[in-house]
Amino acid sequence: MAGHTDLTTGVLVIGGGLAASWAALSAAQQGADVILVDKGYCGTSGVTATAGVGHWYLPPEAREAEIAARTSAGGDLTEPDWMHRTMEVAWQRLPELDPYYPWPVRDGQPVRNTSVRGPEYMRVMRARIRRAGVTVLDFHPATELLLHGDGSAAGASGIRLQAGGTWTCRASAVILATGGTAFLSRLLGANNNTADGHLMAAEAGARFSGMEFSCFYTLAAAHSTMTRSFPFMYGTYRDCDGNELAFDGPRTGLPMIAKALIRGPVTVVLDRMPQHTRDRLPHVQPNFLLPLLRKGIDPFNDPFPVTLRGEGTIRGTGGIALTGPDCQAGVEGLYAAGDVASREPIVGAASGGGQPNSAWCVASGTWSGRAAAARAAQRPHAATAAGGSVPPRDVGQRPRAAAGSASQADAGIEEIRRIVSRELNDLDKNMFRSGEGLRRSLALLDDLWTQVRPPDDGGAGVSARADGGGGVSREDAGRDALRARETAALVAAGRWVLNSAIVRQESRGMHQRSDTPARDPQFTATVRAWGLDTVLTAVEPKTERQARELCPATRAAS
Amino acid sequence: MIELVIASRCIDCDRCVMVCPTNVFDAVPGGHPVIARQQDCQTCFLCELYCPADALYVGPDCERPEPVDEQTITQTDWPQQYRRDSGWGKNRQDHPNEVWYMQQMLPEALAIRASDHGNAPADLPPP
Repeated sequence: MAGHTDLTTGVLVIGGGLAASWAALSAAQQGADVILVDKGYCGTSGVTATAGVGHWYLPPEAREAEIAARTSAGGDLTEPDWMHRTMEVAWQRLPELDPYYPWPVRDGQPVRNTSVRGPEYMRVMRARIRRAGVTVLDFHPATELLLHGDGSAAGASGIRLQAGGTWTCRASAVILATGGTAFLSRLLGANNNTADGHLMAAEAGARFSGMEFSCFYTLAAAHSTMTRSFPFMYGTYRDCDGNELAFDGPRTGLPMIAKALIRGPVTVVLDRMPQHTRDRLPHVQPNFLLPLLRKGIDPFNDPFPVTLRGEGTIRGTGGIALTGPDCQAGVEGLYAAGDVASREPIVGAASGGGQPNSAWCVASGTWSGRAAAARAAQRPHAATAAGGSVPPRDVGQRPRAAAGSASQADAGIEEIRRIVSRELNDLDKNMFRSGEGLRRSLALLDDLWTQVRPPDDGGAGVSARADGGGGVSREDAGRDALRARETAALVAAGRWVLNSAIVRQESRGMHQRSDTPARDPQFTATVRAWGLDTVLTAVEPKTERQARELCPATRAAS
Repeated sequence: MIELVIASRCIDCDRCVMVCPTNVFDAVPGGHPVIARQQDCQTCFLCELYCPADALYVGPDCERPEPVDEQTITQTDWPQQYRRDSGWGKNRQDHPNEVWYMQQMLPEALAIRASDHGNAPADLPPP
């Protein structure tokens, strides 16, 4: 048994959530051969599958007002053209769901701007892409890209989680749709979102924008992942001294709860929810009550402890900086769709949670899928195969942590994951930021990077280790290699976040710094970050669009 | 976290092995699937939604296991709760999908807050 699958396709989609499925569908509809590889199961993967999502679904006459409101809320960092294009694609394509998804009907018309149930939506998308001829490979996480000698994308390789062994796929075009990352905050459905696509893109030469806007939080019961926020709006909150917090809504209420949480436990009771809403709640959000009732909590009468779970770059903004209208990722033949791409152009410094992000998945999936299919039509498989391929020049950023004995490596990896999660999620570090605190976190993560980056001699790669050996089963070896790789990705993404937040010496949108509490016009600008051993940043003013290189922010691995 | 594959209900269809996004289960030839990697469970409850036999139980705590016994759990409606309330499987015919109501919740909650200033909840008429 070889323990390896060799594949060739026109378009390779990496990821299995909402954007990945729209991208795969769009490429297949153009006639391309499409393979979709996902770390989990396309249908339950990603943050849409556990949620209820609405889309930005606005008739043309309503869009200017929406753009004006979002521009203001987003701190003047948005780009109207991207917002217009996103809304238009969602407007054109959502009706495609009509035959499959039971929209509510009002006045005889389907109401498509309403919330869509995540599990049903993703189940529909899986069925649609399979019907369109897409080959879906679940439990096939990608761990590295393959590049041609000229630096363009040539495919990817990864691990067969359930079968054991490895896979390689040569492709004419590659779409990254691996989602954002919440840095393991236990945000609902986000454990697989470990910035794997960010790391692959960075190794190939991509850059990031808006990574500093990764400090949005959502309420959940303290013991729970259930970050579904609307029922919490009916809550009465008390701090650790039993004093009621004057919660008037999420904008001022969440920072107030956060401050109270830093001091001690905060409880909530959903006593303001009227009976008619309590009665229908199980049919509105069928998962909301699961973790409460099973803990013996009657949420309408019993106060229970709450927490705020970090949303990282998921309901945050940052991601791969796109370099063209077709969602090119700064590398020839590589595209990015959904939350792995920066949504700064459509929401700026404010969260795109809810409607814009879902519309973005539809739109960026559509653009990247069509562009990738066009590229595949121009460069058929034969050309890809004949051209040969090599791992990216920095492949070496494969982590070495799994090189030691399995138990030793695991201990190291778990500790590193714990530290990254803490530095990127703790309220006093990430919601309430300061230059000093950010630099302290960065020093920690720079040190972690020296532990997860590869040894200078190149060392054994993930692919080699995933073949197993030395008494470790192939399945276990693959999982260990994946976990090490995820950990490197989390550290790398954390360093882009922290470097970007340090460079943005002001407060704007969700990025609030106690040492620079005011908004500064010179930062009506995009902050870009890139690089692995050395992270670089640049501030690109919205007016001149010319990157002004500021400083090599760190030299962690020198 | 995932706690139970309920042996008395499981029909060995291995759907949970197929759909768990964090690959928690292992199939067992000729037997029920097993929880092989409990620590990887992300407490998303989706395995319960997909299980056609109501044979899975996910505990409420996302950080640590809370062992339970099958007898206790099968006396509750918890294993079928998510699937029933979502209208999947045999519940499909008479299920009222009211997800559209989510959009009413924030305005309703803020209106109640503005009106009652911390007093007993106003029972507004349904919209």
